[in-house]
Amino acid sequence: MSKRSNEPLLWLLFSAGGVVAALAIPVHLFLFGLAFPLGWIKSPSYESLMALIRHPLAAPYLLVVCSLPLFHWAHRFRYTLFDGLQIKHLNELINTFCYGGAILGTMLAAYLVWTIP
Amino acid sequence: MKPVAGYVPYPPRAFRTRVSTYWWLTSWPYLRFILREFSSVFVAWFVVLTLWQIASLIRGPAAYAGFLEWLRSPFLVALNAVSFLFVVFHAVTWFNLAPKAMAIRMGGKRAPALLITAPNYVAWLAVSAALAWIVLGE
Repeated sequence: MSKRSNEPLLWLLFSAGGVVAALAIPVHLFLFGLAFPLGWIKSPSYESLMALIRHPLAAPYLLVVCSLPLFHWAHRFRYTLFDGLQIKHLNELINTFCYGGAILGTMLAAYLVWTIP
Repeated sequence: MKPVAGYVPYPPRAFRTRVSTYWWLTSWPYLRFILREFSSVFVAWFVVLTLWQIASLIRGPAAYAGFLEWLRSPFLVALNAVSFLFVVFHAVTWFNLAPKAMAIRMGGKRAPALLITAPNYVAWLAVSAALAWIVLGE
């Protein structure tokens, strides 16, 4: 008997993660990865960032921005290894690593936003 | 049981030329495709960085100062510069693909690609501006 495929769900997560990554990550990375460390723009203080992540909307936002892009990565990276390096014989290991990593990352993100003092 | 068409577990060995592992180096569109797929690694790196940032914020001012110091190291700046280029590449290719993935019909015809691409870029600009405004606090 044919088993119902979970590919549509994984594709949906990949797609949603792609949208979130495209909209939100470039500006985040520009500010925190380049503009603040290189002194182009003055970095916000510790207190103001803490106030920001204590906002009630910060936890769901951070969870979405961390979790969905990880599922996007898992799906894309899996197929990059599959097509690019043609390592089909390691399929199960790769799937466990990719989707397992995304699930672990999501759990870690949930734990972190839960422990924001 | 009806015979199921399609997938055969062990197909007969017909003559097939072996595709090189480095097939994607042979032409620019192939390389661009692999680079686009590879951008996902930098998306994942961003998440790692962000989780690290939240963790050090929670651990206190001293831990966060250490995190900022680490971000200023030349290796991290270089890595984040490369990551930034890759995530912008991801965003541009993602938005340009949207008209192909979304088949919106207007008056019986497919809507022109620009009509679907343009709002994506406007949304990108708006979200980026809003996030920068929130982070910078003004």
